[in-house]
Amino acid sequence: MAIWIPYFIAIPIGAAFFIPLVSRHLRWAPDVLGNLVMLVLAGLSLLTFGQNAVYHMGAWQTPIGIDLRLDGLASLLLISINLIGLTSSFYSVAYMRQYTSKLRYYSLFLLMVAGMNGVVLAADLFNLYIFVELASIASYALVAFGCEHEELEAAFKYLILGSLATLFALIGISLIYGLTGSLNMAQVAGRLASTPSSTALLFALALLCTGFALKSALVPFHAWLPYAHPSAPAPISAMLSGVLIKAIGIYVLARLLFNVFGLTPLLQTVLQTLGVLSMVVGVLLAIGQWDMKRLFAYHSISQIGYVVLGLSLATPLGLIGALYHLFNHSIFKSLLFLNAGAVEYATGTRELRKLGGLRRLLPVTATTSLVGSLSIAGIPPFNGFWSKLIIIIACVQAEHYWLAGAAVFVSFMTLASFLKVQKYAFLETAKEKLQLLSKVPFSMGAAMVFLALMCLLTSLLVLTGLTHPFLITPAAEALQKGILVM
Amino acid sequence: MVYTLCFMLIAVGLYGILVKKNLVKIIIGFVIMEAGAHLLLILIGYRRGGEVPILEKGVAAIHFAQKSVDPVPQALVLTSIVIGLGILALMVAMAIRMYERFHTFDINELRRLKG
Repeated sequence: MAIWIPYFIAIPIGAAFFIPLVSRHLRWAPDVLGNLVMLVLAGLSLLTFGQNAVYHMGAWQTPIGIDLRLDGLASLLLISINLIGLTSSFYSVAYMRQYTSKLRYYSLFLLMVAGMNGVVLAADLFNLYIFVELASIASYALVAFGCEHEELEAAFKYLILGSLATLFALIGISLIYGLTGSLNMAQVAGRLASTPSSTALLFALALLCTGFALKSALVPFHAWLPYAHPSAPAPISAMLSGVLIKAIGIYVLARLLFNVFGLTPLLQTVLQTLGVLSMVVGVLLAIGQWDMKRLFAYHSISQIGYVVLGLSLATPLGLIGALYHLFNHSIFKSLLFLNAGAVEYATGTRELRKLGGLRRLLPVTATTSLVGSLSIAGIPPFNGFWSKLIIIIACVQAEHYWLAGAAVFVSFMTLASFLKVQKYAFLETAKEKLQLLSKVPFSMGAAMVFLALMCLLTSLLVLTGLTHPFLITPAAEALQKGILVM
Repeated sequence: MVYTLCFMLIAVGLYGILVKKNLVKIIIGFVIMEAGAHLLLILIGYRRGGEVPILEKGVAAIHFAQKSVDPVPQALVLTSIVIGLGILALMVAMAIRMYERFHTFDINELRRLKG
């Protein structure tokens, strides 16, 4: 397996530059090649399950060369990135016809995927930073893809805050290098464990936490997300909300705090505070929104709060709940954004007050969005219920009763705001002015149905054991092991 | 002392990003902050009176290890400068697009997204 690891980065980067070369003459090339690459990557990512491997770039041994490391957590993230990527790129076949340049779109899309795969696999801090930048720069350009007023403004805001975040991370990484003289995660972890904690270390840690909390849009670092995510084209919103904030935000935070620095009670409190704040503030801001995508974007903040809360408990069950919720969220949030895109494609608006009666007009979109809404609100047969349940049980087990209460409260508020979406967009009778501009094309419908089925299928994971679900357990164990050893 | 100046440079850049209302000034603030970060990174590998980190024939490895400055941060900073250039190009391109369309660089006049 180890020999395949670099292909997760090499294939999409290669394709990103190959597509513009060939598609000057072949109009079908971007669609076909883009989807083919994503299909290959999704297949490869499924093969990584259950594997542990280290790949030495150019056969240079560990302290000298660059390593790529695959473990349970990386494999879970790879599966979710590439599966959602495949669905989004299939959805784009029809959706991106509204925009001018498919070729640039697929190029940037594949660069973003390459960046995320790289972040997940990187075993040293500087390459982590480079891949974070790669994924971010592609996503800045994709948010601005429409070049309208809203998109440019949102993208500029995102660009400034995002590059500020990576700059903080860079300063943090250089301080860590100054303290330990190494960039390899395992080596850094080993050397930090034997040195006493100092002010410089705490400062570096604070910078890294700030940087990656900004990337994962935790409250109070969330200001860019509700602008950037709704302004992007729908499949990109799905990628951004579904996997980008996790791959370059939450994943990095978890990896650094658990596997490199070691989780201390202080850090646990910080994570807990960030998690609860995001959870509650996110949902309270979401419920008042009338723009469909904006409402979903605020819910991303709130659901990421759940993940961070689960991580902060650092108990086995908490970690499983957090990672399970991370995986589920990537599925149902992408589904919801794709739904919003389909609604906008068919009616020309995503303003809830102008919509209505879409259940009759767009049956596929309405049904899949019902599945997505029930999943995110935590209604039993769907995946969101199980992961939230595990997180709440973990809170009670750790005797944080008020945290469990907050989680339940946020779940109710989520349900309320998704009932609002269902009521205004899909159930009420249609407004007179509303007319269907076009039908939802096959590729968009198929992508949505696939994700809706995934919502049901991933809830079956819980059948393999509530405390040790299939697929999630190796990932949780990777975090549980504590700091890395060489 | 040099480290303090470095952090001051970063702080000046941060001030520019957070306080200024003009897109171009925000971009300049970002560049200043980036320069500060790069300076910090290169300072970490610096050694007073050190030598160029190129291993020449006839120089003992032990002497080299004791004398030369750390080459790793220099490699890192080069990479980071290139990334910085990419971001700068994107920022400027976006600012130009916004200026072409709305004939202003002032973010207060541009602001339409609220809430």
